[in-house]
Amino acid sequence: MKSLNFDFLQRIKITGLLTLASLVVLSGCQGGGGEDEILIGHFGSMTGSEATFGTSTDHGIKMAVEELNASGGLLGKKVRLITYDDKGDAREAGTAVTRLVTKDGVAAVIGEVASGLSLAGAPICQENSVPMVSPSSTNPKVTKIGDMIFRVCFIDPFQGTVCAKFAREHEGLTASKAAILTDQASPYSVGLQEEFEKAFVAMGGTVVTKQTYQAGDQDFSAQLTSIRGSEPDVVFIPGYYTDAGNIALQARKLGLTVPLLGGDGWDSVKLGEIAGEAMDGCFYSNHYSQDDPAPRVQEFIKKYTELHKQTPDALAALGYDTARVVFEAIQRAGSTDGPAIAAELAKTKDFDGVTGKISIDAERNAIKPAVILEMQGGKPKFVTTIAP
Amino acid sequence: MSDFAQTLITAIAIGSLYALIALGYTMVYGILKFINFAHSDIVVLGAWSSYTLASRILPKLGLNPHNPESVPPIWVAAVVLLAAMVFCGAVGFTIERLAYRPLRRAPRLNVLITAIGVSLLLQNVGQLDYVFGASPQKMPPLLPSWELASFTFGEGETARRLVIGLVDVVIFATATSLMLMMQYLVFHTKLGVAMRAVSFNTDTAALMGIPVDRVVSFTFVLGSTLAAAAGFLYVMKYPGMNQPAHTIWVLLGLKAFVAAVIGGIGNVRGAVLGGFVIAFVEQFGAFYISTNYRDVYVFTLLIVILLVKPSGLLGSPLREKV
Amino acid sequence: MVGTVSLSTKNREQKSELRTGNALLGLLPIAAGLGIATLMHFFLPGLIGQFYARIVTDIGITIVLAVSLNIVNGMTGQFSIGHAGFMTLGGYTAATITYYGSMFLWDSAGKHGGFLGSGEWLFIASCVAGGLFAAFAGYIVGLPSLRLRGDYLAIVTLGFGEIVRVILQQTGKTIDDVEDFKNAGWAQLIPPPVGGAVGFDGVPKYTNLFWVYAVLTITIVVAYRLKGSSLGRAMISVREDEIAAQAMGVNISRQKVLAFVMAAFFAGVAGGLFAHERGVIISPKDAGFQRSFDYVIMTVLGGRGSITGVTLAAVLLTALPEMLRDFEQYRLIVYALLLIFMMLVRPQGLLGIHEIWNFWQRPKSSVKSASPEAQV
Repeated sequence: MKSLNFDFLQRIKITGLLTLASLVVLSGCQGGGGEDEILIGHFGSMTGSEATFGTSTDHGIKMAVEELNASGGLLGKKVRLITYDDKGDAREAGTAVTRLVTKDGVAAVIGEVASGLSLAGAPICQENSVPMVSPSSTNPKVTKIGDMIFRVCFIDPFQGTVCAKFAREHEGLTASKAAILTDQASPYSVGLQEEFEKAFVAMGGTVVTKQTYQAGDQDFSAQLTSIRGSEPDVVFIPGYYTDAGNIALQARKLGLTVPLLGGDGWDSVKLGEIAGEAMDGCFYSNHYSQDDPAPRVQEFIKKYTELHKQTPDALAALGYDTARVVFEAIQRAGSTDGPAIAAELAKTKDFDGVTGKISIDAERNAIKPAVILEMQGGKPKFVTTIAP
Repeated sequence: MSDFAQTLITAIAIGSLYALIALGYTMVYGILKFINFAHSDIVVLGAWSSYTLASRILPKLGLNPHNPESVPPIWVAAVVLLAAMVFCGAVGFTIERLAYRPLRRAPRLNVLITAIGVSLLLQNVGQLDYVFGASPQKMPPLLPSWELASFTFGEGETARRLVIGLVDVVIFATATSLMLMMQYLVFHTKLGVAMRAVSFNTDTAALMGIPVDRVVSFTFVLGSTLAAAAGFLYVMKYPGMNQPAHTIWVLLGLKAFVAAVIGGIGNVRGAVLGGFVIAFVEQFGAFYISTNYRDVYVFTLLIVILLVKPSGLLGSPLREKV
Repeated sequence: MVGTVSLSTKNREQKSELRTGNALLGLLPIAAGLGIATLMHFFLPGLIGQFYARIVTDIGITIVLAVSLNIVNGMTGQFSIGHAGFMTLGGYTAATITYYGSMFLWDSAGKHGGFLGSGEWLFIASCVAGGLFAAFAGYIVGLPSLRLRGDYLAIVTLGFGEIVRVILQQTGKTIDDVEDFKNAGWAQLIPPPVGGAVGFDGVPKYTNLFWVYAVLTITIVVAYRLKGSSLGRAMISVREDEIAAQAMGVNISRQKVLAFVMAAFFAGVAGGLFAHERGVIISPKDAGFQRSFDYVIMTVLGGRGSITGVTLAAVLLTALPEMLRDFEQYRLIVYALLLIFMMLVRPQGLLGIHEIWNFWQRPKSSVKSASPEAQV
């Protein structure tokens, strides 16, 4: 293109292109639930670096929806799940929730795993009086947004306390010196670390060193060398399973043999695969144990494994439970009216979920026990339950 | 003392990897004068294709990839490494052919943008379920976890162990031999002369009868195979693999590029030097100052070096052509 | 290209008279833009619903970012891929001012006052402050560009974004309670507690269509005026040929830094809008290079230096993903292919260096006045 001399054809072409583009933009998609179905929305990270969280949760929710529809649906209608990807990005999460709530007109929203994204979506649900239930956001701030926001998992202060208590009191651990290795880029990790430290110190322990890494770092020798130098009884690693697995491998290589302790972010079959025996004798707190003999749990695990060729992680179980808690509330409310569902959600008591008995308290958080699992030969084994 | 030595060993291993990756950047930059943003994705491709190969081959040999006890014979590692290198070389060739060659005469910025496009493409294709998928994986152990040397410092409660593992040695040895081969190739072969000629002045080189397109293709293939080797060695050392689209891979490539720039871009020895400088700054900074700012050290070093000696440690000053 | 050097005194007088007239005329687009922004603010959400109104808001903010990046990447021909870093820096600055400022002034971090009320003025002032801070950072980053060219600069800006991200991660928890804030000593407030990795939540959500489109109007008018001014011409000359520009007496270092500062300013203001948008929590992640890439792609697709082209690309690339939600998994793949395809087939972008209306003009009208787009 040398100058501004456009011939007629070129102008036509460009005009056509622009028109086409604006048509595409304007047309959009037609949403809205039909008369004969109830819409449930889910927003989660289906792509991006947190893709596994969103997909696991979504698998769990989908299973619940399919089961429900197979057994006749809800209020005589079928339930349809709309899942939107937020790519692990707060702005996308806000957009996805706005779309679910104001355009698609869902009866309830399920999401997000990451607290930061739940915090972005929650105000929109609150304003539009659509209940939102987070399956696994543990940051206390989430449900403080308003009376429409619930969660079916425990919160960081509880989990931090559980871990600290376990580290202090468990036979064979009775740690008095803890080292902490936090993923400084992860809000989850930072939040849990703070609560653990608070609780651990309150129980008379000392935190000998605090080290950090960034999600995805592969080399932890600098941090682990420092930790080794401070001679802790236990190393608390409130991160996710890939990092925890790598940390365990490298720690053992450096001759750091003390038990490692983690939170629910560790729960994945991949943890055992990655770390193998390096993780033996390490503990983590979780929402449920696969060893739980309860038929509901075993049935869930069996079905999920058949469907996805993979043992369900805690996120899948929580997704499944969240969906069922929501369905039950809609059933009891007898309508898809937001405040009515929220009122019923608040009354949830002793709901028999895969992740334990779920009761919603006045703060709209779930009161439920945490389990502690111990890694043995690459598999988590149930150790104890710690009630709130 | 033991802590210092431990950090030193890690820095050397990581430095070898950075150097290998930096070589690819530096060669492409030397010849085509643009940052091949897709280079780090070739590293990822190398890592993930070795994983795929290994997890396919091992069961055929009657080995369970998830069982850390059963380590396959050493030739399996060599086969996987070679196959990954060949595969990535082919991908590198295709990318150059389809995406970069048509832009040979275009402004550098356009090529840079294309490279970003290729990088995004590789990342996101890799993340598809039927390619590599989005979940992290465990690289099966192809090397026995021997401890070649272990030292104990101090006694009793404060005893520290210092271990040099087979993996570290293999990384260092493979990387060094590849780099030496590169050095020989660039400075002692006809092809190397051709590469340097193209890098010096493409048009004159073409006039002298050097098949520029073929030399450029070759450079890409070479860079890509080195990247594949780096990817393979990387997952040997860090078997917990992040998904292909994870930011960490981009950062890895970015640091290697910074290494190339610090050493003097376009300079083969500079890339190696830069790789080790970066690794030392990163590791010792993390250990002696704070791990919080690990990436900041690297980028600050980059900015400082660019301000003080814009052509890099070993680079020759840029000539301004009018 | 820099043609206003030796005007006679008489000419100058005439020119200045013309300028007064022009200045008044020049306010017209701004007034029109503000009018449209007001109309949009009051009627648009009702017409198209909250969801589309949100998309329109997002589009507005994105345009500000893309058009401002275009000053550096398009007009001056430098290559910055750290634009998100400036945005985030400005956003955090603005959010800190409104959040803690509201606590200080009105004892609550919530919204204060209605449309054009005192809260909104605090908000817009904080956005400007965010812009100024980002501009200062732009000056700092622009300095090395005096010595670096092209690709090196790209890496430095990229490194800048990463540094911003890492540093923001180190900040402390936000102070939620007003009493705690008032009792807090300086030690707690410096560095400002802005939430660390969690992001800065609880920021009052002032951003609305009016402010977004008011800022957008100003950005576009400034960018357009710049493009036609001697300053802009000098920038373009740097893009076309640095050596020739220098020979013509253009201070290329000054132009580059100036471009950086201006782009960073608007990015900072847009960051302020972003941080105060409903359903958004600004977090250190926003400073990372992935978001920067988005804006780079827009400037590339739109056409380097074409304000309308970049605007169009920003609209398309913000709206399309929403429309194509079903192809989520493939979306980024399509982006990538689009990028490569564009570079191969139409490297100058959708509109090249032209504005959209150039395409319908009579061919003869402005052949001479267009800057020669030589190498493309």
